[in-house]
Amino acid sequence: MTRPHPVHQDSGDAVTVTDLRRAYGNRTVIDALTLRIARGEFVALLGESGCGKTTLLRALAGLDPIQGGRIDAPGRPAVVFQEHRLLPWDTLWSNVALGLPPQGARERAAAALAEVGLGDRLDDWPRNLSGGQAQRVALARALVQEPELLLLDEPFAALDALTRIRMHGLVKELVARHRPGVLLVTHDVDEAIALADRILVMRSGVIAAEHHTEQAGDALGLRRLLLAELGVRAGFAA
Amino acid sequence: MSAIEHTSITVTPPQQRQRSNDRRGAGGTAIGPRGLIAISWIAPVLLVLVWEALARNGWLSPQILPAPSKVVATAVKLTLSGSLPHDLGVSLLRAAVGFALGGGIGFALGTLVGFSRLAEAAIDRSVQMIRAIPFLALLPLVIVWFGVGEGQKIFLVSLGVAFPIYINTTLGIRQVDPKLLEPGRVQGLSTALLIRRVILPGALPSILTGVRYALATAWLALVVAETIGAQAGLGFLAMDAREFLRTDVIVLTIVIYALIGVGADSLARALERRLLAWHPNYGAAR
Repeated sequence: MTRPHPVHQDSGDAVTVTDLRRAYGNRTVIDALTLRIARGEFVALLGESGCGKTTLLRALAGLDPIQGGRIDAPGRPAVVFQEHRLLPWDTLWSNVALGLPPQGARERAAAALAEVGLGDRLDDWPRNLSGGQAQRVALARALVQEPELLLLDEPFAALDALTRIRMHGLVKELVARHRPGVLLVTHDVDEAIALADRILVMRSGVIAAEHHTEQAGDALGLRRLLLAELGVRAGFAA
Repeated sequence: MSAIEHTSITVTPPQQRQRSNDRRGAGGTAIGPRGLIAISWIAPVLLVLVWEALARNGWLSPQILPAPSKVVATAVKLTLSGSLPHDLGVSLLRAAVGFALGGGIGFALGTLVGFSRLAEAAIDRSVQMIRAIPFLALLPLVIVWFGVGEGQKIFLVSLGVAFPIYINTTLGIRQVDPKLLEPGRVQGLSTALLIRRVILPGALPSILTGVRYALATAWLALVVAETIGAQAGLGFLAMDAREFLRTDVIVLTIVIYALIGVGADSLARALERRLLAWHPNYGAAR
């Protein structure tokens, strides 16, 4: 696994999480979680369903209240969800421009859409898009905010295999250009290896393992290790 | 828009259906859509012709049902004398004022209840109880309150309009997918902006359904209200004509009521097509 950009070069953190606690009623989902993502760093968060990874992402996004600890981030994050969540009544450019200051909003939205290869569809409606195209617009909507922290909540899970591979390339390219800190929540081991600098494995609300893809060297070995940590028998999966 | 050129890989099934419909005609019959429209007009035109023939041959007494040609002649005469435009104007003004008043109240209450559980608890039960009364049953009471002047007519129209708008506004706001609010919330958009950009547009299809329904009730309310003690308006024209057995004038007012009802409905549909262009079920194919 080689990456074109060295990590930890940019100064400053995209987010620092200290002793985070997140509970629904009496049930604690995340306890004493500590995490630091640097600007320009791509972190993947793997875990079985229900291990608390989406809960962590929603807390980082400021969508849910936290019950303890602190989240320090220099600015507002941007999120791409599993569903595109575009407003069906707004054209593509106004979807991307949602929340931008009106002055120059269309130009900025147009530039962001051009970056995801949809620069000729500014005035089209979301209903005319394929799943992959809609997700690209959602990506443009997140990146147009120039976030320090980009949160990706299984954004490729609903796409077909070929589209997913193309999206991986696009995301990698855009992250390399804009250099936000990225937290990608996924349960696709190969996706995590393909995209991330650092992979975290989450289990019952805590980070159970951490791997640097650059140091790991052998992608197949890392894949087997990650699957084992996620409770999938290696001989069966590889 | 050139959306069609761009849809090579992104065509959604409903669009495909829509486009093939345009070319082959509905239902895939050999007769084109224009042919089908022509066929649909055969029966009504025939009916009018038979009616005309029966009236001219004396099979229908002019006092029971005057010939269509006689009704048209009456329309021309009353238009030239200026009495028809005046009465029509009075009626339309009553409808418009009543609609604006009732629609405004229904929309305001519906928005309040749609957003606030507290407002729902405070208001909704009372509104639903009043709604259970067929609003035309209130007519005698309304006459006691307002007499038979303009107030009575506008009040009745407003009453008929307020409920459908209220119910559909509340429903529309409640039906907006909360997931659509989250991207805006992450960005820290103000509540006012979220309402304007997300909630109201999302509620609009339902609100416009309410508007269409309300236009029909408004018209019905007006007909009933005007029939009692009016000094001007279409209802007055009809009741005045009854005194003199002028069935041609009575038939004319009935036809005008019908035409305005159809006109109001097409207006509402045009509004839907324009405001809901984004919606696959309303917007014109682009």
